[in-house]
Amino acid sequence: MTLSSDQQVLWHHGFFDLNGTIVTTWVMMIVMAIGAKVITRTLATEGPISRWQGALEIIVTTIEAQIKEVGLRHPEKYLPFLGTLFLFIAMSSLCTMIPGFEPPTGSLSTTAALAACVFLAVPFFGIAEQGVRGYLETYTEPTILMLPFNIISELSRTLALAVRLFGNMMSGVMIIGILLTITPLLFPLVMLALGLLTGMVQAYIFSILAAVYIAAATRTRTREISHG
Amino acid sequence: MDSNTWIAIASIVTAGFTIGVGCVGPALGEGRAVAVALSSLAQQPDASATITRTLFVGLAMIESLAIYCFVVSMILIFANPFWTHVIAQVPGK
Repeated sequence: MTLSSDQQVLWHHGFFDLNGTIVTTWVMMIVMAIGAKVITRTLATEGPISRWQGALEIIVTTIEAQIKEVGLRHPEKYLPFLGTLFLFIAMSSLCTMIPGFEPPTGSLSTTAALAACVFLAVPFFGIAEQGVRGYLETYTEPTILMLPFNIISELSRTLALAVRLFGNMMSGVMIIGILLTITPLLFPLVMLALGLLTGMVQAYIFSILAAVYIAAATRTRTREISHG
Repeated sequence: MDSNTWIAIASIVTAGFTIGVGCVGPALGEGRAVAVALSSLAQQPDASATITRTLFVGLAMIESLAIYCFVVSMILIFANPFWTHVIAQVPGK
């Protein structure tokens, strides 16, 4: 049994290995990008809209409302980043319904990359909102004594983001794999349904936590949740 | 018993203890969090959106501790660095 799809090497050339994670990631990215392009080609502002446009509008407005509830005042600025994170993680856990599909988020390299994106996005948005000086001052809140702890929390929460998502997705795949050898037919289906639920919850949590971290850096809200 | 066997025994037993003991704390914490959230939902149904969101985020924070233990025990069983080292030393492998 392998821990993640990183170990399935499909194609090998020189020092470059094409593993299962890269393939599933790119297939998902292509499907989502082409799907979004096809749907948004025929957008209508009045009259009857297509079903797909309705579905996309529901997704976008819901994400926007959630970002606004966290305390970010201009959700349209953060929607591309946070929405992409949510859609990617949600898609990858939804696609586990396809037999033989291993979610790319079940590999630590993918989740570490996503967490690194959040790690870089926080100072990016923070500096864009209140300047370099203003952003650096958030590290000395509430007093200068907290500076090392704020820096440690910045690093530890990035690690926590990566390992949490990896652990959840990997455990889902692994539990189904183990159950298939014990009770083959019905019970793995129940666990698969549970895995879909936890996958959606994890996607929600990942993007909400990213929003909370960005909100803390842009100081539109007090630091309620700063570590984990 | 040689050292290989000891490494195997230590890894397996530690993996079991890690996930077993590591689940106790988060389970108690999650139980408390959900119980308190339910009672505050019963008191203030209007604030359900905020309570639910905060509950989910908090649960994720608590659960990540159990997930750390799970990842450590999985590493000990399936991707153990010490065991890989032992296997690499066996001649003819």
